Amino acid sequence: MSNILEVRNVVKKYGDYTALNSVSLAVPKGSIYGLLGPNGAGKTSLIRIINQITMPDSGEILLDGERLESKHIQHIGYLPEERGLYKSMKVGEQCLYLAQLKGLSKQEAKKQLDYWFEKFGIEGWWNKKIEELSKGMAQKVQFVVTVLHKPKLLIFDEPFSGFDPVNANIIKDEILELKKQGATIIFSTHRMESVEELCDDIALIHKSNKLIEGKLTDVKREFRTNHFEVGIVTANVEGLMYDLTQQFTVDQASFKSLNDDLKLEIGLGTATPNELLQLLTQRGQVTHFVEKIPTANDIFIKTVSQN
Amino acid sequence: MSILSLIIKREFIAKVRNKSFIVMTFLSPLLFVGIAVFVGFLASMKADLKRIAIHDEGGNFVNEFVNDEEYSYHDLSKIDLQFVKDSVLKESYEGLIYIPKTDILSTVQNQVQFISNDSPSMDYILDVEEVIEKKITQYNYEKLAIDTARINLAKADVDIVLKKASGENTVKGLNEIKLFLGGAFGYLIMMFIVIYGNFVMRSVIEEKTNRIIEIIISSVKPFQLMMGKIIGNSLAGILQFLIWTILGLILFFVFSTIFGMQMGATTAVSGEAVAAANPSGFAEKLPLYINEFKQLPLFTLLFSFVIYFIGGFFLYSSFYAAIGAAVDNETDSQQFLLPIILPLILGVYVGFFTVLNDPHGTVATVFSIIPLTSPIVMLMRIPFGVPWWQLVLSMILLYVTFFLVVWFAAKIYRVGILMYGKKPSWKELYKWMKY
Repeated sequence: MSNILEVRNVVKKYGDYTALNSVSLAVPKGSIYGLLGPNGAGKTSLIRIINQITMPDSGEILLDGERLESKHIQHIGYLPEERGLYKSMKVGEQCLYLAQLKGLSKQEAKKQLDYWFEKFGIEGWWNKKIEELSKGMAQKVQFVVTVLHKPKLLIFDEPFSGFDPVNANIIKDEILELKKQGATIIFSTHRMESVEELCDDIALIHKSNKLIEGKLTDVKREFRTNHFEVGIVTANVEGLMYDLTQQFTVDQASFKSLNDDLKLEIGLGTATPNELLQLLTQRGQVTHFVEKIPTANDIFIKTVSQN
Repeated sequence: MSILSLIIKREFIAKVRNKSFIVMTFLSPLLFVGIAVFVGFLASMKADLKRIAIHDEGGNFVNEFVNDEEYSYHDLSKIDLQFVKDSVLKESYEGLIYIPKTDILSTVQNQVQFISNDSPSMDYILDVEEVIEKKITQYNYEKLAIDTARINLAKADVDIVLKKASGENTVKGLNEIKLFLGGAFGYLIMMFIVIYGNFVMRSVIEEKTNRIIEIIISSVKPFQLMMGKIIGNSLAGILQFLIWTILGLILFFVFSTIFGMQMGATTAVSGEAVAAANPSGFAEKLPLYINEFKQLPLFTLLFSFVIYFIGGFFLYSSFYAAIGAAVDNETDSQQFLLPIILPLILGVYVGFFTVLNDPHGTVATVFSIIPLTSPIVMLMRIPFGVPWWQLVLSMILLYVTFFLVVWFAAKIYRVGILMYGKKPSWKELYKWMKY
């Protein structure tokens, strides 16, 4: 699969401060790509460079194999974390204006707007001013503005902030729909559960450096710890614990279960799952046996705190 | 439609649709007329009557002082001087003129006193001196047996006729007219820069506080946005001035027809009387004034006005735009605004004080070429005639500076619009230019 966006050795300095230290990324076409990192890691600097808001000091960026230039602006849709629209401008005019700035003709912009306004059920807002809308309503308009010109590459910075769960779900479905239609989505967020849910690929930036990049499943495989969650019903708890601690590391675990069982998290070390299972079945009734897969959250926290 | 014209259109419409713009456009001419009427009313009000006591020991002068609208005189010569002084102190009188008795009348001239609590106006003291001088002079004439009638006959009244080398007659006060004409244009430019420059700045700050800026500049270049703003706002300003001019003309015609009819009625009666009283009056010289007016370089003036208007406004608006980008709110902008307003004020002062006295002097010439003051000072100089090379040099410098400033302003603008939360120092602005 080819990459829609390639970032190569991009360096950005603000005075003495290095915001991006030779960062390289490859965003596969048609993927949802999670750009993760703690606050101040350099995500926004990178996103601004991709949007050509600022220029990198060195390095290059390729969009669909071509060096990024101003003509590519119309292929990118950007929803910044700090949302904003002209408060005293009417919704319809504002959307038309912003779409035209992205290179759409007025007729085409109007057509697309009608489609999206109908889809979101906000046809009645055309002549309202932004200041008359609630925050969530304004966010919807902002989303429409971002996707209106059918960009190949969409960059969403915290797209769900400000939405109630119902609307957040609508937006999530729209993002998946856009992906299905062939768009690539770069998704920057601190909400790890939505990363789990949506992202195919992730990259983690910390202190101006890229630390992790790859398919989410690959990254998880890399971070697997060979820990298993075990539920077991046994009469002889002490005996079991004695046997387990001889071979494995044992911790309390908490997961949902209908049985009144003993819940443990067991680190296998070099042993195989079968060896553990064997031991368990000798001692009691196994009710739960699952590999503990590292969550995006675990990976994030582990990586950031190690560096 | 190109991106720049899209931005210009939006900025223009946003400005023109703004309620305060509409109110300003239609209310300020009314306000202006209102203020003019009010000032006229104040000026026509009579001042309070001031009571002046006179203690004239010789009794030679007291009858020379005639009551008028402002001053009434009271002969207190017979009352004890100390008592009169006390009443001045108690403020029943504004002042006391004390004229001591002397053996020879003329020796009194250095002994007259004016006693008051508040120091009197210089004009009034000169008036009082004149009254006493006249009396003493009259007395001296008589004493020296000089025939006053003959002296009056011998008096001359010189009125120099101004002619130009070309042989045409000209009129006095022309410099004032020229200065007024150039000054009006220069002042207009200054006001426009201050008002509309501020609008540009506010519009930049608004985009910053609305946080829409990031969306906009992911679609357009900051430079395009900045220029679009400057041009859009100046077009809105020009529209406003056009409306004012039209409203002004309408008001002028309305007033002149209403008052013209009344005036017509009165002048028919008093016209001859005025002409008789004032044989070498304004009416006779009016054609000369009109002739002079026609000979002023009006075309150059109008043409230069347009050039300086655009150059000056663009130059200063780029400063305003850069400042707007550097700060988060209007209050923070003050420290950066001062250095911008200073050259404007300097231009106006230099214009009014040096151009009138010496339109081709070094100071006036230098300031009419320096780009930051040239739009104002040069326009004031043009009615006096300016060598073409100075005009061209000044215009070229203005536009070169404009491009330089726009370039720097765009750099500050580009960085500043994405900076939030801190009030930058001059040092930081300098750093931004290098990003």
